[in-house]
Amino acid sequence: MDLALQLLFTGIGIGSVYALVALGFVLIFRATNVVNFAQGEFSMLAAFLMVVFSVKVGLPYWLAFIVALMGMALLGAVFNLAVYYPLRHRTYLPVIISTIGASIFLANTTLAIHGPEPEVLSGWFDTPGFLLGPVYLDSQYLLIIAVTAILVALQYWFFEHTLLGKKLQATSQDKEMASLLGIPVATMIMVTFVYSAVIGGIAGILVAPVLFVSIGMGAAIALKAFAATIIGGFGDVTGAIIGGLALGVIETFGAAYISVPYKDGFAFLVLIAFLIFRPQGIFGERVAEKA
Amino acid sequence: MSTTATTAAAAASARPRLRWGVPAYVVFVAAAIVLAIVVPKTGYVFNISLQATTYAIAVLGLTIVLGLCGQINLAQAAFFGLGAYAVGLGQTEHGLNFWVCLLIGSGLAALFGALLGASTLRLGGHYLAMVTISFQQILTLVLINWIPVTKGPDGVRAIPRPAFFADGSSYLALCIAVLGGLGYLVWHLRDTRLGRAMRAVRDNELAAGVAGIDVYRTKVTAFALSAVLGGIGGGLFAGGFAYVSPDQFSFAESVVFLTMVLLGGVASPIGAVIGTGLLILIPEWLRFLKSIPGLYLAIYGAAVILIVLFMPDGIWGFVRGQFDRFKRATAPSASGDALQLSGGGVGTDTVLEVRKLSKHFGGLKAVDEVDLTIKRGGVHALIGPNGSGKTTTLNVLSGLYKATSGTIMLNGQDITSLPPHVRTKAGLGRTFQNIRLWRSMTALENVMVGAERPGSPVGNDPASVVARARAALAFVDLEHRADEVVAGFSYGHQRAVEIARALASDPALLLLDEPGAGLNSSEKVELRNLLKRISAHGLTILIIDHDMTLVSEVAQHITVLNFGRRIADGHSADVLKHPDVIAAYLGTAPDVAA
Repeated sequence: MDLALQLLFTGIGIGSVYALVALGFVLIFRATNVVNFAQGEFSMLAAFLMVVFSVKVGLPYWLAFIVALMGMALLGAVFNLAVYYPLRHRTYLPVIISTIGASIFLANTTLAIHGPEPEVLSGWFDTPGFLLGPVYLDSQYLLIIAVTAILVALQYWFFEHTLLGKKLQATSQDKEMASLLGIPVATMIMVTFVYSAVIGGIAGILVAPVLFVSIGMGAAIALKAFAATIIGGFGDVTGAIIGGLALGVIETFGAAYISVPYKDGFAFLVLIAFLIFRPQGIFGERVAEKA
Repeated sequence: MSTTATTAAAAASARPRLRWGVPAYVVFVAAAIVLAIVVPKTGYVFNISLQATTYAIAVLGLTIVLGLCGQINLAQAAFFGLGAYAVGLGQTEHGLNFWVCLLIGSGLAALFGALLGASTLRLGGHYLAMVTISFQQILTLVLINWIPVTKGPDGVRAIPRPAFFADGSSYLALCIAVLGGLGYLVWHLRDTRLGRAMRAVRDNELAAGVAGIDVYRTKVTAFALSAVLGGIGGGLFAGGFAYVSPDQFSFAESVVFLTMVLLGGVASPIGAVIGTGLLILIPEWLRFLKSIPGLYLAIYGAAVILIVLFMPDGIWGFVRGQFDRFKRATAPSASGDALQLSGGGVGTDTVLEVRKLSKHFGGLKAVDEVDLTIKRGGVHALIGPNGSGKTTTLNVLSGLYKATSGTIMLNGQDITSLPPHVRTKAGLGRTFQNIRLWRSMTALENVMVGAERPGSPVGNDPASVVARARAALAFVDLEHRADEVVAGFSYGHQRAVEIARALASDPALLLLDEPGAGLNSSEKVELRNLLKRISAHGLTILIIDHDMTLVSEVAQHITVLNFGRRIADGHSADVLKHPDVIAAYLGTAPDVAA
């Protein structure tokens, strides 16, 4: 029982990271109808930027965090201009291929510049954690859960109660109509990419002290996050969050009770099960084309 | 009778480029085989040639799934690995024969390909991309961790080659022969019924379903075929190099395969071979890149983006484009046959019987308990103001939307819950308001897909399919443009091709969704004459249109919808005078006094 509680805590912690990355997926998907396969690399790059500014340059942790996120915002903008925007009138297939190319490019450029050795990033707090009853609460996991909760709340407020948020929503629902109403669609898509890169970056920096900072971390996280979006219901923001948390918990329990080497396989099995039995996910959404 | 002669001529002129192609191809492959046997090679040259040949087989798989069918496969290295490990482990651990192992390997690849495809291909392409990546990762995990079976990270050593091909040169010749044979099959696949179905699915899925193609099965087939080619390539690879290990079949290799097919050109097996050859040779020339880990793949990644942006058809596509500029237009040949329309036989008096049909979108009742009876022969029009539910009705009839309630009987058969392609088999043909042709295919190919729908009168005989398609094109006066790609056609001609496609399938009922929309006045006159000619052949038509002149000229019977409900039904002249109809269109009640 104690072990189960402990695993639940860890699972929710790691699941929050998946949820954040999944959120980035969903936002870009809603704005452009395209899945950004380089979303995981945003997390990886941000973690490396954090290592560079915090460990190598020696900036204070909070300042390195801000600088790294500014770097991510810039990357999101460049990514949009180079990888998505020139292809915006083509079908989804060239765009998917292009984002896959970008993912490989980003991961391997990082590898070429930095080398294959993983880096260690310390956590935000000096205290590693404390015991609450039988459960050991790791401070970094607590931070991850808290930041995810705050970001989700902020995002909800932003989309429902600000003009920019509503313009973004309008763009994602019907680009043609939005543009007829005078909403600058291209700018809205740019904002989406920048925001998604930043949110993916936050996820990467938060999870970095828990994992090693490595070239492969992006692909691993992105795979889980994508599974999370399908489990939750594709294109649904709440679904992405619930799916991410669920996947984190399933994976942690699977690793503890079934098998450690195949830990990364559970996400795939759950994904396949959902595709067969409930392809619309928990918060089901229609997938239909108009005639 | 001259029918066979003319159809044979028609079949030949449909593909004039094959006349020199086949002998040239055979000579080329034979020369490559002889070179492989005769020319003495260093181990280095042998390795490169063998790698290129076996990789090219796997890349051919991508030509099918990505090039022909437009579906992505990011796990080709996994299927390649399945074949390689089957040949490796089967021989060294279980003492099986090489060919048996190769068969098992391709079978495994086919099985996993079909399973992956079957679980994912009903959904959008993004799912397939991510699921194939996941499968790729899982396979790598299994190969590394399931040590008792796969021998783990150490890999499988000392994999033997089959009898008679133990020597390097003859083994390479064998691989080239297999590549040549498979390349030939893939080359000709595009002009088979399955190949046309794949291309139709790639260009416009919705239209493919309505034209009678089982879209889902076509996609799963393409995916499984692609996996099989991956398995065969991998099996030959394992025999050639005698050693396999998990890192040879990682996600990175899947990306390499993808880059190869994109660089060479997805549309043709020649592109696959060019892309593979270049991407195996170039890194060898640029070996220094490999000294920095990552740099080589970073360039691959950038190359993928650049190719997609600037050379979407790949190298071979680019070269072909240059050739085509100088190609003479092929002389059109007359088919001589007139189009036969059976009108769905003589059965009952009623072709279509719709009872209490409803379609609700959430709370919106787009179609609300509509009854519709269409008698055999003649033109029946379904009219109504904008948003009255006409197109929704048509989409429910053709199976694109599921009916909320009600029944649809076609020729006495209940088709209410059948998928679109089965309704087409049952005798339904339709066109779309916003034309849905397969834009990269020729007019003839578009119409051929209609002619070869399941249950079609011409059956599977290619010559009669071509003849019927030509006759259908002649019926709409477009036979002279049969071999042109439809993307370059005017709007009116595209509409005519779409009607020809539906006619070629010899439907019992033809549904036309606003055929007059967007046509100029002379094109409308042609359309009106065409509709009258179709009707004169005894085919029943249900037409939706806003043009009252067109409707009143061609339709004998009119049903009027407003707000999803039927408000009038009867003979054209009576219906058009009906007060509710006038009110619906003009928005006021007629002045009955005075």
